[in-house]
Amino acid sequence: MIEHAFRGSKRYWTWLLFLGLIILAGFYFYMRQFTYGLGITGMSRNVSWGLYIAQFTFIVGVAASAVMVVLPYYLHDYKAFGKITILGEFLAISSVIMCMLFVFVDLGQPFRVLNIFLYPTFHSLMFWDVVALTGYLVLNVIITRVTLAAERNSIPPPKWIRPIIIMSIPWAISIHTVTAFLFAGLAGRPFWLTAVLAPRFLASAFSAGPALLLLLCLLLRKLTNFDAGEEAIKKLGLIITYAMCVNVFLILMEFFTTFYSHIPEDAAHMQYLYFGLDGKARLVPWMWTSAALAVVSLAILLVPRTRSNHRTLVVACVAVFLSIWIDKGLGLVITGFIPSPFGKVIQYWPTLPETLIALGIWAIGVFFITIFYKMALSIREQVE
Amino acid sequence: MSISRRTLLKLAGITALGVTAEKYATAHAGSTAAKVLSKAVGAGKRLTKSSVQKKVRLAMVVDLRKCVSDQGCTKCIDACNRAHNIPDLGDSKDAIKWIWKEPYENAFVDQENFYMRDEFRNKMVPVFCNNCDNPPCVEVCPTQATFQRPDGIVMMDWHRCIGCRYCMAACPYGSRSFNWRDPRPFIKDIDPDYPTRMKGVVEKCTWCDERVDQGLLPLCVEACPEKAMVFGNLNDPKSEVRQLLKDNFSVRRKPGLGTSPEVYYLV
Repeated sequence: MIEHAFRGSKRYWTWLLFLGLIILAGFYFYMRQFTYGLGITGMSRNVSWGLYIAQFTFIVGVAASAVMVVLPYYLHDYKAFGKITILGEFLAISSVIMCMLFVFVDLGQPFRVLNIFLYPTFHSLMFWDVVALTGYLVLNVIITRVTLAAERNSIPPPKWIRPIIIMSIPWAISIHTVTAFLFAGLAGRPFWLTAVLAPRFLASAFSAGPALLLLLCLLLRKLTNFDAGEEAIKKLGLIITYAMCVNVFLILMEFFTTFYSHIPEDAAHMQYLYFGLDGKARLVPWMWTSAALAVVSLAILLVPRTRSNHRTLVVACVAVFLSIWIDKGLGLVITGFIPSPFGKVIQYWPTLPETLIALGIWAIGVFFITIFYKMALSIREQVE
Repeated sequence: MSISRRTLLKLAGITALGVTAEKYATAHAGSTAAKVLSKAVGAGKRLTKSSVQKKVRLAMVVDLRKCVSDQGCTKCIDACNRAHNIPDLGDSKDAIKWIWKEPYENAFVDQENFYMRDEFRNKMVPVFCNNCDNPPCVEVCPTQATFQRPDGIVMMDWHRCIGCRYCMAACPYGSRSFNWRDPRPFIKDIDPDYPTRMKGVVEKCTWCDERVDQGLLPLCVEACPEKAMVFGNLNDPKSEVRQLLKDNFSVRRKPGLGTSPEVYYLV
């Protein structure tokens, strides 16, 4: 199966080489971080989690979003998703790998990572998050391997795989719920201490993830002779629309509770994020960009005519993805630490090495997506 | 209504099980098994003061009326920094702090009092780990590298810590420091009697557990020229800390979060 990844056009190899170079740059800066310590990043004693954990949080959502194609196809027998289910699952695998790498590069003592399994601690959500992610990775590796092998041999997949696929559905929900619990259970961080965090995570995941999948499908149609099918694209667009509406609704809920209740400690974080606090407003332009992108995307998605037009649909998907990337992959994690427990506004911004390490991990993710999709499409071509 | 013999036996069995579990939990307080058990028997961790049953619950009383840190006194801080090999990284983003000074309004950030006694408006407050009775840092640590001793001190195992900094996110007091870089070049005179740390691990004040074990007082308490800090057993009604708390008005930092901080400030 993997042999298909080693045969490809010149364009395929050039693309992999390009990604390889970014990965190498990231690896070089990781080695520097490894020798110097995490002080090489912009993180501090006040903002002790930064870009790495924020990216992790965002990408867990992308991983979980595979469920949006798996569920209709396997549970409701929605045939139109038959062709793209495997793409969703491979996207999930690549995303989980990225998630694990983002947690790994965030560790001060990476060689001790196995302590999480050597001293399993059930009252720590970090333990459960690692368990959930590892399990999700294993499930999806088994599912893709078995279903793809069946497809290659032109036989229906074995019966025993179905319960495993069904199990992957609640499991996908669990990985993002547990990730939200990582934040939402801390009494000392009022910005995260909200029951709506897990639902919000799921809603943003189910819009940003399928938006990425839709963009990938359209890209594949352009670059290869793979066609996801018009009905599948249409349905994905609809899923993104609903999820994005719920996501924006939940963000507005946060605004209401925070600002109508006037509790100073709660409001200070939102104040910093959207309006600036003590004259410091580094994230403000980002957050309003995110808000504007959300409005633009909804304007396109809510009108059936623009939603079914591929040109405008692409704009909407890019807008959804970027809007949520800013909101979740930047604002949400960092702002939990600002202001500090002493009420001081000490800002954070990633350094260049930190950014390049993050970019390197993204490149690894894209690298995996590329070879996985190459494998899946080559096998399909062979069968046809 | 009569209770059948069978039901009675069942009830007795359940009660016995509960009592045993509770006894076990008290004897092995701090261990994971004990926590699971104490939860199983329904001890509302964040609601009740679990230390009440224990013999020793160490606590600190800081008399801010006596403390002269706003007049430039740094004796407690110096004594701690020297003995614990704390690197001097200035007030940079990488700074390591075990005990330090914060303005009153920052230390007690949730107590907004606009018209305070003059001497308190610009008061500097010595802050350090509260060694909470319900420590959220211990709850979140994925490797039990931070754990609670039966006497209440919250410990750090620098050899087990993976440096995920979840404890720093969980601590509502900013009491934890991470070694963002190798601290050793920044230690003026290394004290060979105390370990230095490596980069990538979290550390914090442990009320000089190494001295407490020898029957000595924490260094900050000993170093204070004004005798503003008092350390002792909160569960002993005759202890000095209890007497002080009985006779004076005290405040704690963010008690509303349910962490039960064990540093009491007299104001």
